[in-house]
Order: sequence, then structure tokens, then C-alpha cells
Amino acid sequence: MTYQMTVSPDFPPQQVAAWYIFNTWLQKASGLSVHLEMYPDFSTQRAAIQEDKVDLIYANPYDAAMLVREKGFVALARPRGKADEAVIVARGDAPFANVEDLQPGLRLVATVDPAIYLLGMMMLEPAEIDEDHLRVIRVESYPAAAKRLLRGEADLAFFAKEAYENLSSLTREQLKVLVDSQIGDLFHAFLVGPRLHDRAEALRTLLLDMENTPKGRDVLDNLGFGGWEPVSLEEAEFMINLIEALK
Amino acid sequence: MEDMKPEYIVGEYREYTLTYYDGTSRKVLVTDIETPYPDGKLIVSTTDLQGVITHANQAFVDMSGYSREELIGQPHYILRHPDMPKAAFQQMWETIQAGKTWRGYVKNLRKDGGYYLVYATVMPNFRDGKIVGYTSVRRKPSRRKMEAALAEYAKMRAQEEGA
Repeated sequence: MTYQMTVSPDFPPQQVAAWYIFNTWLQKASGLSVHLEMYPDFSTQRAAIQEDKVDLIYANPYDAAMLVREKGFVALARPRGKADEAVIVARGDAPFANVEDLQPGLRLVATVDPAIYLLGMMMLEPAEIDEDHLRVIRVESYPAAAKRLLRGEADLAFFAKEAYENLSSLTREQLKVLVDSQIGDLFHAFLVGPRLHDRAEALRTLLLDMENTPKGRDVLDNLGFGGWEPVSLEEAEFMINLIEALK
Repeated sequence: MEDMKPEYIVGEYREYTLTYYDGTSRKVLVTDIETPYPDGKLIVSTTDLQGVITHANQAFVDMSGYSREELIGQPHYILRHPDMPKAAFQQMWETIQAGKTWRGYVKNLRKDGGYYLVYATVMPNFRDGKIVGYTSVRRKPSRRKMEAALAEYAKMRAQEEGA
């Protein structure tokens, strides 16, 4: 049987090749036949999940919550030391310095990344601004969000902190951060679905050992991960509760 | 639970005796010093079915003024501020014990007698369809909504004290 693996569509474009290399490594290490399907956006990936096509997934925290609760997935591991955080950004010359200065009617540019969107909206609450008070412009990528801001086509943007830090310094110099999240308990995780439950512990062990072999370390370097650390059932449940609380 | 100790209190304080739902009571020492809620942070804790703290994140430690060791194993009402009406918590417990999520504005008491203001979401944790504990997530409240809630709480407390 061939299993299907996929990756949350919020990955940086430069990581596409790294995930294919990861899949080659995974197949060799586990002896499983795994097809990597990179969905172009969240809606096609969700549709595949609903049709039970996906067996292995590197998921963002929002989707991980849904996969564990509704689809019987088990979280195996997370990249060590990486947490999902969001920043709210404006142009450097914007007339506001922090969230509480914001007024209704602003134009917000955001990607379809659901966890970052949730965190961003949470950070706007102290100003009593919700979706009804904003014009939300959806874009495909974080560089596209930065462009909209710089062109004056939007007043605010939600960024994944990592994506914001990956913008060029020239771009960042023209922007300012109004607020950044410091939560530390939300993270991307590698999960397996019901068809692989009997292999879950073996796969977890493979991931945790990956950094101890030269080949595994190369693959991790390509992904920008130092290594994997285990995710316990309690940690997964805790993250799910956090996501539920923020919805 | 132990009474609050004057040596930990910063500034002039008032003394109250709080009686909790389980019949125990505690002397609390209260000042008017607010610790502002930091932007972008979430305070997260979990409790068992009796409301005894089983997990506290760093933001909880920082905002409450207690160490993690002092928090774990204590009832969540260690944070109860005398300005909060009993009815608010009664309603919260009824909601979460029924398996539903409760949301509300809360004034919390710090170890140093000061306070901090939060918008709280408290939800039951299910395992195999049974409630096994509760998670509370607190975030920065809107100032205007917080003040409206505090005004309402003051009225509720006046009624409770008059009853």
C-alpha cells in the first residue's frame, strides 16, 4: 500500500525540494511506500483530508487540532525549539504605534494561514477590532503581503514571525511591528492518520533518531530543523485547547 | 490555603477574608496597583476537576507573581480578588461542568497584593467523552469592556453583601 504525505501549505517556497528529500529519506528509513502530495492551498488540502486521502502530515497548529479531534490523527513530533508566533505589521510611517491606537475601517492584508490569522485577530481584541471592522485582503504569500503594505494598498498585515524575519532587511526597514505574540505553546507537528496507528511509535523513533545519522542530519538541515522532539498526548491536547479558546 | 503574608505585599494594603465554595477561607491583602497585561501574551493553566492547578505557563508565573512551584497543587482560587462577585465564578463552574466553554472578564489577585485584568476562556478537557480537567486561557482585555464588567461586578457584589 502507498501512503500519502502532505505538508501544511504555509511552508516557505524554498522548502519544497527539502520535503521531497525528506520523503525519500522517510521511505528508505521506514520501508513504507509514501507519496508526497504538495497541495497548492489550504482548501484543496482540507478537501483531501476530508476524503481521508492523507496519512502523514506536517501540519500547522490549527489543522493539527482538527486532525487530532476529528480525524483520529496522532501527533508524533515537532521541530525542536520552533514555535508558531504572529506579528502585526504596519508601514513605518503609519500614524499608529500600537494596537490600542487602531480604529475600525482599516485594510488588513493576511495570508490564508489559519493559525497566524487566529493569533493576529486575538491581538487586535484589545482595540475591539474584529473582522466586522476590517477590510480583509487575502494574498498567497507573505512577500505579497509586504508588497501590499509598502504600496499603501493595506494598513496592517499579519505575518508568521519567521516569515517576517525572512523578509529582506530593506523591506523590514520600511515596516514596523505593532505587536508580536509570545505564546510558545503553539507549534507545527508531524502527525499520522489512523491507517498508520500501528506504526506510530516506530515512526516517532525514526524521527527522533534522525539527527544522529549524517544522512538524517542533512535532511534536517535542508528543512531548517535542528531535530525533532516528541509531542505527548498531553501537549497535543493542550495545544488543541489553546486553539479552541482562541476561536 | 495559607493567608497572604504582609512581607510579600508591595504598597499600602487592605485586608479581607474570602470564603471559598469549599468552605475554606483565607485572609487576603489587597493594594490598588495594577500590573498591565502585556501585549501578545496568553496566560494558560490547566486544573483537575476540583480546580487544583496542574499546569501553569511562564506568563501565568510572571503575571501572578507566584513561582510555578507555588501555583501547582493550589486551588485556582488562589488568584481570587475580593472585587469579584461569587456569582461570576458560580456561573463559570456551572457552565464548564456542563461541558461548555465559559468566557468572561476577570480581575485577578497577585501574590504582591496588586491585580491584573484579563479576558478569560475556560473550557473542559475531554478524554474518551468524559471531562478530565479544565483549561483556562487568559488574554489582554479591551479596556472599555473590562471597565463595564467591573462596574457590573461591583453591583453584583453589593447585592451579595446585602443579601
